[in-house]
Amino acid sequence: MIAVFMETRDGKIKKSSLEALAEAGRRAGELHVGTAAVLVGAAGGGTAGLEACGPDRIFCLEHPALAAYSSQGFAKALRDFVGETGPAALFFAATAMGRDLAPRVAAGLGAGLASDCTKIAVKNGGLEFTRPVYAGKAYLSFTVRSTPVVATLRPNVFPLDAPPAGAAPEVVRKSVDIPDGLIKGRVAEVLKEESSEIDVTEADVVISGGRGLKGPENFGLLRDLAALIPRAAVGASRSAVDSGWIGHQHQVGQTGKTVSPNLYLAVGISGAIQHLAGMSSSKVIAAVNKDPEAPIFKVADYGVVGDLFEVIPRLKEELKKVLAE
Amino acid sequence: MNILVFVKRVPDTESRIRIRHETNSIIEDGLNFAASTYDEFAVEEALRLKEAKGGTVRVVCVGRDEALPVLRKCLAMGADEAFLVKDEAPETYDGLRTARVIARAVETKFAGADLLLFGKQAVGTDNGQVPSMVAELLGLPQANVVTRLEIEGNAGTALREIEGAAEKVVFSLPAVVSAQKGLNEPRYETLKGIMAAKKKEIPVIKLEDLGLAAGDLEPQIVITGLDVPPERKAGKILQGDPAETARGLAALLHNEAKVV
Repeated sequence: MIAVFMETRDGKIKKSSLEALAEAGRRAGELHVGTAAVLVGAAGGGTAGLEACGPDRIFCLEHPALAAYSSQGFAKALRDFVGETGPAALFFAATAMGRDLAPRVAAGLGAGLASDCTKIAVKNGGLEFTRPVYAGKAYLSFTVRSTPVVATLRPNVFPLDAPPAGAAPEVVRKSVDIPDGLIKGRVAEVLKEESSEIDVTEADVVISGGRGLKGPENFGLLRDLAALIPRAAVGASRSAVDSGWIGHQHQVGQTGKTVSPNLYLAVGISGAIQHLAGMSSSKVIAAVNKDPEAPIFKVADYGVVGDLFEVIPRLKEELKKVLAE
Repeated sequence: MNILVFVKRVPDTESRIRIRHETNSIIEDGLNFAASTYDEFAVEEALRLKEAKGGTVRVVCVGRDEALPVLRKCLAMGADEAFLVKDEAPETYDGLRTARVIARAVETKFAGADLLLFGKQAVGTDNGQVPSMVAELLGLPQANVVTRLEIEGNAGTALREIEGAAEKVVFSLPAVVSAQKGLNEPRYETLKGIMAAKKKEIPVIKLEDLGLAAGDLEPQIVITGLDVPPERKAGKILQGDPAETARGLAALLHNEAKVV
């Protein structure tokens, strides 16, 4: 069995967890094993929508102390689950929570962890993982000795295809034993950013600005453009962030986030090697820059050589037209 | 406060990575090495906590002798002591192996630490596994990818970055905290600090002295390949009148690439 931890946010299952479940389904099919979706939380949590995503079984690991996320509480629930059900693999989405939790679970099990995978293949009856290293300047492929193997899957990489219509999954509710004093740290509060912007790692389209924007106020041009496009987010180069024009959570590149959107539009970004590392796995790259020699044009599928202050407002109008069609 | 900071020597972020395929390893000749970027935020945070609350800052690196300059830099920034846990193994890309070495080192050589600080991930291996694994192996709470840290008595509060929001994590000490960019602005070494650091001895701890269990040093990861990604092909370049190029780009993105 391949088990997949399903992360919820505000009671909704995250898209990146469903992507991990879809990938588990494809690999489990090749290995002729089943799949399980695993939810952790307080008792009586819903499984709405998950039945349609094709897991063979749904496990709800429950305890009142698991109402809020704590790495120690959630790791205990998953470790016990692995002990009882013996999956061959345990997948997580490589989200903030998945990256926090998966190593804790793996260490508790003495298991190897494949972090932030972008490809998983079946080889000699086991799983082979591929993941970017050096921020995408190289790709490492490897197998893992331990059973189970624990893996986190990069969001926005694995396709969400329609699951086969099978029998409704069995839902198993298990009560978790959480000894007093086990949980020494927990999330007390989630502080939302004022704007409800989607994170660059989860966006389908990322529109990033760099030094060419000349000042913080001009990120408004990119926000206007992003507002037109569904699931679009605004990113930034390191120099824009270090100049204080936009928050670090928007930074794409080696000391920021690595993104793989369907479209990455680089505006006024020359394309330093650290920046290219963070976005070169995007499916389509477009760039607007006034310097025809800018390195960004070497990786761009579509480039516009021109003044961004002239091109971007016009691009916005043109996109409005084509999107209205 | 008794603070431990863990640092790693890595190729700097400007490095162009070349591969030696016979050994599935990177070619180190010609690369510049430095402390991993995020580790510098961890060192700085430790120094600030010490300045505010007193105590000691000890910096530990697992690695080869080549990592000594990285430790020396931490001393020059103001760390009290630095230690090298000597590990001759080439890069294993295996977080659990490193975490076991660190956890055993903490238990046998650095017992009584209040706070274990790390960078959120090493630049290069990009695993981000070790802090959480060490926390689990030592039964400590954790706060990862932290952009703000406050310690009050025996408790800590951290803000950690998540998608589109921040989580406020409350925890008791001792604890593991990993630093994200934005936590602070690392200081430069002073000339006085550099001179003082030169005189300090950096004790070397042997792996054999840590009481590791058989198999602890065996990586779980079995490397089957290491490659640079295929080069992207240069694409279509539009030049000229901004109205024309904007229209052209919109059409290409919508009709040809079908991404908007």
